[in-house]
Amino acid sequence: MMKPIKELNPQFLESKENKEHLISYLLGVADNYLILAQRLGELCGHGPNLEPDIAITNISLDLLGQVRSFYQYVAQLKGDKSTEDDIAFLRKEREYRSVLLVQQPNTDFGYVIVRQFFFDVYNKMFLNALQQSADETLRALAFKGIKEASYHERFSGDWLKRLGDGTVESKQRVQQAVNDLWVFTDELFHSSKADDAMITAGVAPDMLQLREYYYEKVENLLTEATLEIPEVPYFQKGGKEGLHSEYMGYILSEMQYMQRAYPNSRW
Amino acid sequence: MSEAEIKSLEAQFDAKIANDQKIEPKDWMPEKYRKTHIRQISQHAHSEIVGMLPEGNWITRAPSLRRKAALLAKVQDEAGHGLYLYSACETLGITREELYDQLHSGAAKYSSIFNYPTLTWADMGAIGWLVDGAAIINQVPLCSTSYGPYARAMVRVCKEESFHQRQGYEIMLSLCNGTDEQKEMAQDALNRWWWPSLMMLGPEDKDSVHTEQSMKWKLKRKTNDELRQQFIDQTVPQADILGLTIPDPDLKWNDEKGTYDFGAINWDEFWQVVKGHGPLNKKRLDDRRNAWNEGKWVRDAAMAYAEKQAQRKTEAATAV
Repeated sequence: MMKPIKELNPQFLESKENKEHLISYLLGVADNYLILAQRLGELCGHGPNLEPDIAITNISLDLLGQVRSFYQYVAQLKGDKSTEDDIAFLRKEREYRSVLLVQQPNTDFGYVIVRQFFFDVYNKMFLNALQQSADETLRALAFKGIKEASYHERFSGDWLKRLGDGTVESKQRVQQAVNDLWVFTDELFHSSKADDAMITAGVAPDMLQLREYYYEKVENLLTEATLEIPEVPYFQKGGKEGLHSEYMGYILSEMQYMQRAYPNSRW
Repeated sequence: MSEAEIKSLEAQFDAKIANDQKIEPKDWMPEKYRKTHIRQISQHAHSEIVGMLPEGNWITRAPSLRRKAALLAKVQDEAGHGLYLYSACETLGITREELYDQLHSGAAKYSSIFNYPTLTWADMGAIGWLVDGAAIINQVPLCSTSYGPYARAMVRVCKEESFHQRQGYEIMLSLCNGTDEQKEMAQDALNRWWWPSLMMLGPEDKDSVHTEQSMKWKLKRKTNDELRQQFIDQTVPQADILGLTIPDPDLKWNDEKGTYDFGAINWDEFWQVVKGHGPLNKKRLDDRRNAWNEGKWVRDAAMAYAEKQAQRKTEAATAV
């Protein structure tokens, strides 16, 4: 495991404000994993062939594993009786902090791959940097997640090349997905007030510093995949602040169905 | 090949099977053996793949993160079973695409049980407990079947199936230890899955067309009726532990035989579902066909890309 970039003041979490900021920060990370895992879970059994079907389910499982570790940490910080499931299933829509990108639907395999690739490049850079967090638990979670994230990035990157440099039809389809999803990439680098507090404390990496590197990496691969880099005059944002896409309510009503219909039950 | 040569090969083949030696892909085998194995192994592979659908139906609605992860992993295992069963089948000289075509055209069969709908979360428990339970009873003997690739695939399949069965039972146990509503949900699932699970072990011996030949080739070690009795005898005590009632008023222990007597199975329903008239035959096949058709451009892209890469490699090598 890597060494922290700076030592965390042992009294750091004794401040209520710091603790709340940390919780908010953790949700900002883990809610992306949850919603993306949920979207990928919709695809299980419907893939274009068995091999990618199995691989996509695998990614969903890896993300769910990360979600559970992060939510367990949140539950521990909250110190009340909340469980990982309360955090996953019992919040209101506005309380989720997932970016718009991960909420986008599985329009076709091209959209699935592009959404995944845009997220994976970010996630690998993020977990890499998080390995130097001042928070020991986060360092451990980053260390655990980085191998998986590298595999995910390789999977989605390889498929992006196949689709981009495959047939006329695949190129046209995947280019459409790139064009449509590009506007959601910038939000990955937005930070809230809570995130900024965590960056200052050395708990969170400052992802804005890596934004340029992210676009360089993504653009290089798009070029290798013989795809055009979209030129858009604007980016979309909102999810991180709880202002979600219209898809989000449907994602949650499906995901929360059992917990809402049968409250206080053990499964 | 002369008739005498074929006779001699047949004799060697029969001797191998009698001595419990495995038949391997490159060995000579009678055409009927090859065809029967393609039919059975592909039917099994198709069942795994179609079987992903009823459980896949609950992944997005699983009631806890732990259950969601376990269900995803389980359905993924089924995809894995499909994958190595198709591979085992391919060793008999048929391609995966041809096998899919047979499934999609309706020429090949898959287990009828997957034509029933999964209506509640308890169905995830009932399927694991009953359907996987019945599958294990069917499949364990296949670990020592005569065709090598199939036998080896089955060793792994059975290990995972027995894990799935325990997982399903554990879902049922949680429900039965839960609220009244949860227990009702469990009972309702048992009511709906019990009879189709019994049917899953195949038609009665008197109506089973493949039994005799399959016994000889060790594709079967016990008859359908024997397997069904074994399933009932092992499952009834498990239902007792759960505190659930098997939906069969005629079910009772027979001291003399040392087994349970059970009521008449509605074989008309069974044959209706086999014929394609079950609640979800059409939807299951439509879902498979759609996934395959909608994935065509993706598979084509992968092929085209691989060809381009190979060509570039050749060109680079020639340039040097």
